[in-house]
Amino acid sequence: MTALETVIGLEVHVELGTKTKIFCSCAAEFGAPPNSHVCPVCLGSPGALPVLNEQALALGIRAALALNCSVPAQSKFDRKNYFYPDSPKAYQISQYDEPIGQHGFIEIAVGGEKKRIGITRVHLEEDAGKLSHSPYGDVSFVDLNRVGIPLIEIVSEPDIRSAEEARLYLEEIRSILQYCLVSECRMEEGSLRCDANISLRPAGQREFGTKTEIKNMNSFRNVQRGLEYEQERQTGILARGENIAQQTLRWDEATGTTLVMRSKEDAHDYRYFPDPDLPRIVLSAAYIDARRGEIPELPTQMRERFEREYGLPAYDAGVLTASRGLAEYFDQTAQRVRDPKSASNWIMGELLAYLKAAMLEIDEIQVTPFALADLIRLIEDGTISAKIAKTLLKDMLDSGKDAKTLIADQGLIQISDEGELRAIALRVLAANPKSVDDYRAGKEKALGSLVGQMMKETRGKANPQIVNRVILELIAGGE
Amino acid sequence: MDFFSSLLELHAGLLKREATASELADLSLQRIATLDDRVHAFLHVSANCVAAAAQKTETVIGRESILDGIPYALKDNMCTRGIETTCASHILKGYIPPYSATVAERLDDAGAVLVGKLNMDEFAMGSSTENSGFFPTRNPWDLERVPGGSSGGAAAAVAAGMVPFALGSDTGGSIRQPAAFCGVVGLKPSYGLVSRFGLVAFASSLDQIGPLTHTVEDAAIVLQAIAGKDERDSTSANIQAPDYRAALTGDVRGLRIGIASEYFGPSVESGVRDAVTKAIALLEQLGATVSPISLPHTEYALSAYYLIAPAEASSNLARYDGVRYGVRAADAGNLLDMYQKTRSTGFGSEVKRRILIGTYALSSGYYDDYYKRAQQVRTLIRQDFLDAFESVDVIVSPTAPTTAFRLGEKVHDPLTMYLSDICTIPVNLAGLPAISVPCGIIDGLPVGLQMIGRMFDEQTLLRAAHAYEQAAGMAPLRPALAMGVKA
Amino acid sequence: MSLSRKDVLHVATLARLHVTDAEQEELAQELSRILAYAAQLNTLDLVASLAGVEVTSHMSVSSMVTRPDAQGESLPPEVVLANAPDAEEQQFRVPAVLEG
Repeated sequence: MTALETVIGLEVHVELGTKTKIFCSCAAEFGAPPNSHVCPVCLGSPGALPVLNEQALALGIRAALALNCSVPAQSKFDRKNYFYPDSPKAYQISQYDEPIGQHGFIEIAVGGEKKRIGITRVHLEEDAGKLSHSPYGDVSFVDLNRVGIPLIEIVSEPDIRSAEEARLYLEEIRSILQYCLVSECRMEEGSLRCDANISLRPAGQREFGTKTEIKNMNSFRNVQRGLEYEQERQTGILARGENIAQQTLRWDEATGTTLVMRSKEDAHDYRYFPDPDLPRIVLSAAYIDARRGEIPELPTQMRERFEREYGLPAYDAGVLTASRGLAEYFDQTAQRVRDPKSASNWIMGELLAYLKAAMLEIDEIQVTPFALADLIRLIEDGTISAKIAKTLLKDMLDSGKDAKTLIADQGLIQISDEGELRAIALRVLAANPKSVDDYRAGKEKALGSLVGQMMKETRGKANPQIVNRVILELIAGGE
Repeated sequence: MDFFSSLLELHAGLLKREATASELADLSLQRIATLDDRVHAFLHVSANCVAAAAQKTETVIGRESILDGIPYALKDNMCTRGIETTCASHILKGYIPPYSATVAERLDDAGAVLVGKLNMDEFAMGSSTENSGFFPTRNPWDLERVPGGSSGGAAAAVAAGMVPFALGSDTGGSIRQPAAFCGVVGLKPSYGLVSRFGLVAFASSLDQIGPLTHTVEDAAIVLQAIAGKDERDSTSANIQAPDYRAALTGDVRGLRIGIASEYFGPSVESGVRDAVTKAIALLEQLGATVSPISLPHTEYALSAYYLIAPAEASSNLARYDGVRYGVRAADAGNLLDMYQKTRSTGFGSEVKRRILIGTYALSSGYYDDYYKRAQQVRTLIRQDFLDAFESVDVIVSPTAPTTAFRLGEKVHDPLTMYLSDICTIPVNLAGLPAISVPCGIIDGLPVGLQMIGRMFDEQTLLRAAHAYEQAAGMAPLRPALAMGVKA
Repeated sequence: MSLSRKDVLHVATLARLHVTDAEQEELAQELSRILAYAAQLNTLDLVASLAGVEVTSHMSVSSMVTRPDAQGESLPPEVVLANAPDAEEQQFRVPAVLEG
């Protein structure tokens, strides 16, 4: 049997970070009491009419441009008609044949190689309400707060060839949109959602195989797991000589399997037509240029710059550009220290560990990039040791005070006075004759023990380089 | 003073303290009490409107609004906060809107006093008001005849002098045709001139709210109060309404009037044809010039309309699903069953027929042949008018091919009923303003003259209609039913 | 153009309308007549003259009507739910929706 190739396309929904809903002035807010952000427009009240939120349009266009789409001068809204209790008008205002963005792409790094994934289209639409179900299974409940939250849908070309690529694509989409301040893209809160189409075909064949659509993969990990599972499932079916059924499937995280939601026969007929309540969107070149001007340096560009300008390893550059906040934090720190790699080490090490433990975002901590740079410079000019600096950073994060204040408060300035260190060293050597003998007998490790004792005596304040030299001199001199 | 007096006369009477606003509201209630058990124009009467009027006069006295203290009624497809709004449909029985339509707010701001909500064809689908889910309205000129539709309640209430003016809505002739049948003035403004916010949608690209009054001047006064940009309706035009009353100069010398043979086809009854021809001759006497024009795509207008309007309606009426408001069928098992039973029992047969047609026209495989083609035809029809308005200022035609027909005469033949809208439908497809003014009475039934104007040129339209009305000397028309009534 | 009973049933299901067997037959005839009339749009002369003609889907003379991203008033939840045929705990209640 010939090798099979996996073909995946993703449909990603992203909530836009506006204050209000796309077609009315209700707050676009997560987690409010049920039906508390609802007006006649959200309620689908007879006679209520939609009016487009200018910021939703602007963010949508910015996103389309950041995803390298062409943005046509004109587009329009259409109605997508279907009955469902979460859809108060029984149609969703969406865009059908004239989306705001088309023919875009992003690049992902697969095994060190750059790969381009095409983006078919980006369109604006409104979100639906939220359904919950009674534990007895007899009734469901409808909360309309989410109705009308602005969304963009990003449809990829079927260019993705593995579950891992799908995850990488999704992560890249997330960081681009986060960088552009289009969306917070929190999958766990549903502000980023992903459906996938997946099919298999014999390697080299042009025609696509029969695809299935998978929904409900609500984390990056689950996107990869769900697609890996489905790829295996389809491989198994084809290996048995059977045919894939065109179906919509639901990823079930608990069992790690996909379940059938509906078959092709139930396919919807959405009866799209232009929404007569919303005039066509007409964009001037100046408007589109202005949106383009809002796009900051994107993660890929920033990664490359960090490697080029700061000489960072690719790994560091990747970790530090995972979010725009972190990347800017590093950028500002690195500009103020002698060795940017040390800034990278401090941020990737101490700082990220702290953020993870405290469950904080980088913009929520008390230590500014300037304060961290000051701390690193104190190490670089020998004022404090790296060990002291670690303790200091913890104090800084807890208290919000800067390094110099804390050093003054705690008397932590490094002892670099050779005379003072020599006196302490004489005491340490006298108290540890065995270590001295061991070192003389060729046990290099014994030196470490002696240095450790020095540090203990000075509560870590001794300048380690000088301590090393002084001890070696004294041992050599005592022979 | 009664409700055949002009709005200016009523206003003057209020200023001179010959009557108070609450007395006018009370008069309206009395007229309704006396006449409406025969006419059936009202679905809802606000008994507390007298008290509301008293309060209002106190707070607004001294303002210069002509509508201060004037009673009026709304077709029941305009939302009124706290007052039941049903669109004459069982599916909305008991529905109390949480907000008011922009037009209701504007009239309220102008000081007008709402006395009630008017019967109509269910969801404005019909030409006779026989499609009301509750009861048919009767023509005050002949109670065995229909008042036209869908704003039949509005036309009948004004014609019978129950209120001095009312607002209706016009999707394919629903203001003008009942105005013609009931002998009143009906104005459909340009699409976008009057906000649709709060107007329960039938066909969103065609619907427009307008006044029904006894005179053209009254229509101009009411239009003034309701026209103009509304931030809540994206299709509302960003234009400042001019002074419409100032346009009523009575002078039509040099006005170029176009006559399109397409509107005088064989379906036009000879009596109607004669009355309209006489009206045109009168306009000519007044100094207007008359020339033939051609609107060659008129023959396709009806087909296009009966695809576009149901298509939009099928989507607009999908929201009546028994979830958030309205009546839910009681005995439903699962969700699908609930939807189907609710909608099948809640909607009347004409509404269901149009939903099915519209759903079909939009469904996959038929969209290009029906909906899309209809929208292209619409472009041609607009172009026909644009071409015609190169050489004329106003186009004149009958409003309807016949006078009011008998109840039950056409109700079982939807297609024939649709055909009675042939003169009014092209106007909606093109979004133009048009007015119907009475131009004669045949066998005791009024005939309507339709005038069509350029987009947003209500001024010229009203000037022509007003000059004709003054010269013809017919307004206001008073049906026999309303004559013996003492207030 | 004529509609079969099956067509009527399909369209009715899309529109969430229940039609009885008797209604199916009647509607098939009625709708067929209306569509036959509408089919004049598919006459060859007209179709030919429509080539390249733009559609008029919007009557509006305005384009790009937007509102600022500023919060306005929402309705109190009790008003949102005031017309609901069935509600519980500040939510609309409906017969069970099966996942899908």
